[in-house]
Amino acid sequence: MSNNIVSKLKRKKIEEVIKTGKRMDGRDLLQYRDWQIKTGFLEKPEGSAEVRLGKTHVVVGVKAGIGTPFEDSPDEGVMMVNAEFTPIAHPTWEPGPPPNEAIELARVVDRGLRAAKVLSMDELGLVSGEKVQMVFVDLYILNYDGNLIDACSAGALAALSTAEIPDFKVSKGEITQKDKKKKLKLRAHPIAATVVKIGDEFIVDATVDEEEVMDGRITVTLDENGNVNAMQKMGAIGFSVDEIKKCINIASEKAAEIRAMVMAVTNG
Amino acid sequence: MSKTRKKKTSKKWERIDGRKPDELRPIHIESGVLPNADGSAYIEMGRNKIMAGVYGPREMHPKRLSKPNQGVLRCRYHMAPFSVDPRRSPAPSRRDMEISMVMRDALEPALFLERYPRSVIDVYVEIIQADGGTRCASINAAAVALADAGIPMKDLVASVAVGKYEDKLILDLGDYEDKKGQSDLPLAYMPKFDKVTLLQMEGIMTQEETVEAVKMAVEGCKKIYEIQKETLKKKYGMVQGEAAAAEDLPEEQLESSEEAEEPTEDDKPTEEEEQ
Repeated sequence: MSNNIVSKLKRKKIEEVIKTGKRMDGRDLLQYRDWQIKTGFLEKPEGSAEVRLGKTHVVVGVKAGIGTPFEDSPDEGVMMVNAEFTPIAHPTWEPGPPPNEAIELARVVDRGLRAAKVLSMDELGLVSGEKVQMVFVDLYILNYDGNLIDACSAGALAALSTAEIPDFKVSKGEITQKDKKKKLKLRAHPIAATVVKIGDEFIVDATVDEEEVMDGRITVTLDENGNVNAMQKMGAIGFSVDEIKKCINIASEKAAEIRAMVMAVTNG
Repeated sequence: MSKTRKKKTSKKWERIDGRKPDELRPIHIESGVLPNADGSAYIEMGRNKIMAGVYGPREMHPKRLSKPNQGVLRCRYHMAPFSVDPRRSPAPSRRDMEISMVMRDALEPALFLERYPRSVIDVYVEIIQADGGTRCASINAAAVALADAGIPMKDLVASVAVGKYEDKLILDLGDYEDKKGQSDLPLAYMPKFDKVTLLQMEGIMTQEETVEAVKMAVEGCKKIYEIQKETLKKKYGMVQGEAAAAEDLPEEQLESSEEAEEPTEDDKPTEEEEQ
């Protein structure tokens, strides 16, 4: 995306500054901007979280519903992650069908949650082959200043871990809703951390300017045991095996920090 | 009974199709299979049957997607409705769109897009039959198709997945291993530059296993790279062979085919000498 003259100059400047071990905004290379996470601030959705990471601002809503299961898993609930790039979030974002970046964001966050088996899907089954509980995770971008994957991954985990979904009683194929809601049980707490490569340097939590001039990035999602759940490389460059190793190490450390913060907020 | 059985399985662990852990499925690639396309390739990787076609570099439509200072690589990964069980809708899914994106990122580092301002290179991949690892097989075919189109490339791109299945790392997952396995890590690699251009992963693996899997996939890619080169040599060897046969100089065949691989290095110095 660094195709015009302005971003070539921008890239030169950003690269120069990064070589000194600092960033344009004064941060260290491996330092995140300030996180602000709030959960349960909405009444309608079953779970919600608001994440501010620097000027990046996302809202994650978790809605529950009843639907039909997939043919190949008649007893398992369904989880869906969707990302919405709203036109208020950035001057270049327009209304319309989701751009590829939104699809990738949703799929990378989804992959992390799914691979770590965050929800026990069989507990969400109601009537085999007919009715299951569905959990929709919507990532709503309100202001875009880079690093959406990390912000949304933390937000999704925060929203899910504080969500309370309707509880049902099933007898002879009849479903009746109980008065009390139940907490969603999470079996793992995966967090995505994205490492961005600019020139020869690696940074975390890139701003929109840094993302515009970056060479590429690797997102690594890890659970609380340090296991890798998902990875995604983006950008038209190659990484050496040693660079990949380095990215995993950086992400592992950062994911642990982010998780500790999310858990502190959600009291999980 | 059960004791001896257990011993046997632990002694001689076998993959579902009898392959060794680091053994690829049989791979067959053919280039120049679509008469209308500028370049094309057909790959069979296990039971995957995939067709890749390249059109371009050509004028970009719609024009607003073109870039004034470089060409654009556009990839479209698409599965035939009958390629999987049960039938799938032919409309592109979110998965298809994501794979198209990562394929572009995997192939673009091999091209000189700065040579084609305002133009587009279209890479179309159709999955005729899917058998696990379609994105890797697609990249293998697409790289050969790009070369077949005569588009200058820095290197070919080879791709294969490594996964964890029954607690063991295995190369080139088949459909069953892909679905039942604990993790899946597709990777693409440019051997000349020792660079990984596609890296995805899903599942549960320790960090050490993940690095191990990356290394294993790189080794697998090196083997596929040789098959890709053979495919191209066969095609251009044939062209050269015809020329040599016409001149009745079969001995020169080898020399000339080597020349054809790296024409720029041989051509440049002579030009300078003449001047």
